[in-house]
Amino acid sequence: MTATVTRDTPAGRTRPVRRRPVSGYRLQERRAGWLFVAPAVIVLVVFLFAPIVMAAWVSLLDWNGQSSPFSGEAEFVGLSNYQSLLADAGLLRGDFMLSVRNTLYYVLFNVTGVVVLSFVLALAVNSYVLRGRSFFRTVFYFPAITSSVAISVLFLFLFQGSGVVNVVLSWVGIDGPTWFTDPRGVLHIVLGWAGVDAAPGALADTTVGGLSLWNWLSGPSVAMCALIALTIWASSGTFMLFFLVGLQDIPVELEEAAAIDGASAWQRFRHLTLLLMRRSIVLVITLALISSWQVFDQVFILSQGAPAKTTLTPAYISYVRSFGDGQFGVGAAVAFVLFAIIIVLTLVQRWVGRERRA
Amino acid sequence: MSGLLERRRRQPADPRAARSARSEREAVPVVLTDLYSPLSRKVLVRVIGYGLLALGTILYLGPFLVQIATSFKTDADAVTNPVSLWPSPVSTAAWAVVAGENPAYSIPVFRWLGNSFLVTISVTLGRLIIDSLAGYALARLRFRGRAVVFAGVVAVLAVPGVVLLIPKFLVLNQLGMFDSYAGMILPLFCDAVGILLMKTAFEAVPAELDEAARIDGAGVFRTFWSVILPLVRPALVTVTILSFQGSWNEFTHFLVATSDPDLATMNLGIARLTAGDLQGSQQFPLKLALATLSTIPIAIVYVFFSRYFLRSGNATGLK
Repeated sequence: MTATVTRDTPAGRTRPVRRRPVSGYRLQERRAGWLFVAPAVIVLVVFLFAPIVMAAWVSLLDWNGQSSPFSGEAEFVGLSNYQSLLADAGLLRGDFMLSVRNTLYYVLFNVTGVVVLSFVLALAVNSYVLRGRSFFRTVFYFPAITSSVAISVLFLFLFQGSGVVNVVLSWVGIDGPTWFTDPRGVLHIVLGWAGVDAAPGALADTTVGGLSLWNWLSGPSVAMCALIALTIWASSGTFMLFFLVGLQDIPVELEEAAAIDGASAWQRFRHLTLLLMRRSIVLVITLALISSWQVFDQVFILSQGAPAKTTLTPAYISYVRSFGDGQFGVGAAVAFVLFAIIIVLTLVQRWVGRERRA
Repeated sequence: MSGLLERRRRQPADPRAARSARSEREAVPVVLTDLYSPLSRKVLVRVIGYGLLALGTILYLGPFLVQIATSFKTDADAVTNPVSLWPSPVSTAAWAVVAGENPAYSIPVFRWLGNSFLVTISVTLGRLIIDSLAGYALARLRFRGRAVVFAGVVAVLAVPGVVLLIPKFLVLNQLGMFDSYAGMILPLFCDAVGILLMKTAFEAVPAELDEAARIDGAGVFRTFWSVILPLVRPALVTVTILSFQGSWNEFTHFLVATSDPDLATMNLGIARLTAGDLQGSQQFPLKLALATLSTIPIAIVYVFFSRYFLRSGNATGLK
C-alpha cells in the first residue's frame, strides 16, 4: 500500500514549465507533501485517533464486545459507567479505589527510587577518573532493551519464596517474605513493629472513596515492592541516559569557576550540578510518573492483581473488565479516567517547567 | 582520550594544565572527580566509584547470568539452588523442550519465533518507509496543512500507550482485523517518535542540496530518494533498531489484537504460559530458557549497535 503511494509521486510529476520553474516545482511540492505524509496520517488516524473517539463512545455504552457498538444493540447508559467507577458504592468502585491506592504507592516509590538510582548511575558513568565508562553504560542500559515479559518471568523466579533474593537476604541474616503472595502493606508492617496492629478507630471509621483511611495508609504491599524493584531495575538505564545528556550539557567553565572560588566537591554538586540539572530532573520525574501510571505487563504476568488485590492497577482493571468480564464500557471508562490522570500530570509538568525557565 | 587521562593524572595539582586538557570537552566530570583536591581524596573517590560500578554490574548483569544458568538446571536443582551459577547436574531438558525434541511436552516455539520475526520485520520495513516519507515532507516540503500534521504527530507523543489497549481492540474488531497478521502489524506503524527523528535528521541536511537536485531537473521523489535519503543513513539505522526492539518486545498490542494461539508471538506465548502460575515453582528452567531465547535477538542487535541505542535517548526530541 505504502509502496504504491510513493511510486505515484514520480509518475504524477508535472514537468516544470520552463519560464516559471519555481512555481511549477512549488505545485509539485505541494502535492508531494500530502502524498508523503499520507501513509503516516492514515495510520495515525485509523489506529490512534479513531480508536480514542470510538472508545469515548463505548465508555457511554453497556456493550459486551459481541455486536458492533454502532448497531444500536448496545444500550446507551450515559455516564453511568463513570458513576459506578467513581461515585456509587460497589465492587467496581472498591476495586478502582484499591487500584488507585496501589498505583499511588507504586508511583511514589518507583519514581523516587528510579530518579535517585539513575542519577547516581549517570554520575558514575560520566566521571572521567573512572575507566571503562562506555562498558558500564552498556551494562546498565541492557535491562532497558529487553522485553518486559522476559524480565517479568525472570523476576518471578528471583522473588520466589525460596528464590535468589531471599537466599541473598538470608546471607545477611534477613528472613525474606514470600514476596508475591504477601499482601501486607509495608507501612502496616512498620506500624506493627511499633505495636499498632489494628486500625485506630478514627482511621478505620473514616472512608474516602469507600476505602478506610487505614487501608489508604497501608503502603505498598510486599508483593508490590517486588514489582517496584523490577521497574526500577528495568527502567533506570533509560533515565540514566537522560541524566547523562543533561550532565554533558553543563558548561565546564562554570564548574571550574566554582572550584577556583574554593567550592568543595559537595558544594559544587549541591549548588551547581543539582541546580543546572533541574530541568533534566523534572523531565525524568515526569516521564517516570507517566509510565508508572501505565504499569500493566508486569501485573499481567507476575500477579494478576493478587494477593488480596494489592497489585491491582487501573490498566489491569481496564483489561480484565473488558476481556475477562465482557464489560467493554467499563473498561473504556477506566481507560479514560487513566488518560485524564496522565494528562493532568503532563500539564502539571508543563507548568512546573515554565516556572523554572522564567 | 586515554592520553588525556594520563596527562590529568600526572599533573593533578596544576589547574592551568587541567584547564587546557578539559577545554577539549568530552564527558564533563561533576561529582566523583575533583581536580583541585588532595591526591588521597581522589584515590578514595576512585575506589568508591569503582565499588559502585562493580556493585551495579552485579545487580544489572547478575540476573541474566542466573537466568542462563537456571535454564540448564533440572527443575529440582533450580528450586533448591537458585543462586548457583553452576548447574549440577547440567541438564538440557529445558532446551530440548524448546527445540521440540521432547515428544511428551510440545510448545510451538518455532511458530512463536516465526510470528515474532514476521511481525518485527514487517513493522520495521513499514516504519522505515512511513517515517522517512513523513519526516522528509515535514522537514522540507512546503504544503498547506503541514503545521496541522506536525501538531498531530506531536500530540501522539502525549497519548499514553496503555490507554489505547481497549480502543485498539474496538477498531480492529470493527474493521474485521481481529486475529489477523494485518491487525498485528498495521497499528504498530504508528510511530511518532520515528517521524520526529527522521524530520530532525532531514533538517540537518543543507537545503542547498535539495535546490541543486531540483535545478538539475530531479522531481521531488527523485530528490528525496536519490539525493537526500542516503545522507540520513544514521537516522535510518536508529529507526530500524528502535522499531526492531519495540516490535520484538511488544506485548500488550498482540494481547488485545489476537486470541488465536497460532498467531502468538514469542512474548505472548511466554506470557500465556507463565501468567496465572502464581505458585510458580514449576518448570522454571523451561520458562527461563524461553525468556533467554526471546532475549537473544535483541541482545545480538544491542551488542553490535549499542551506540545507536545509547544515542536514541536524546535523538527522540523528548528533551
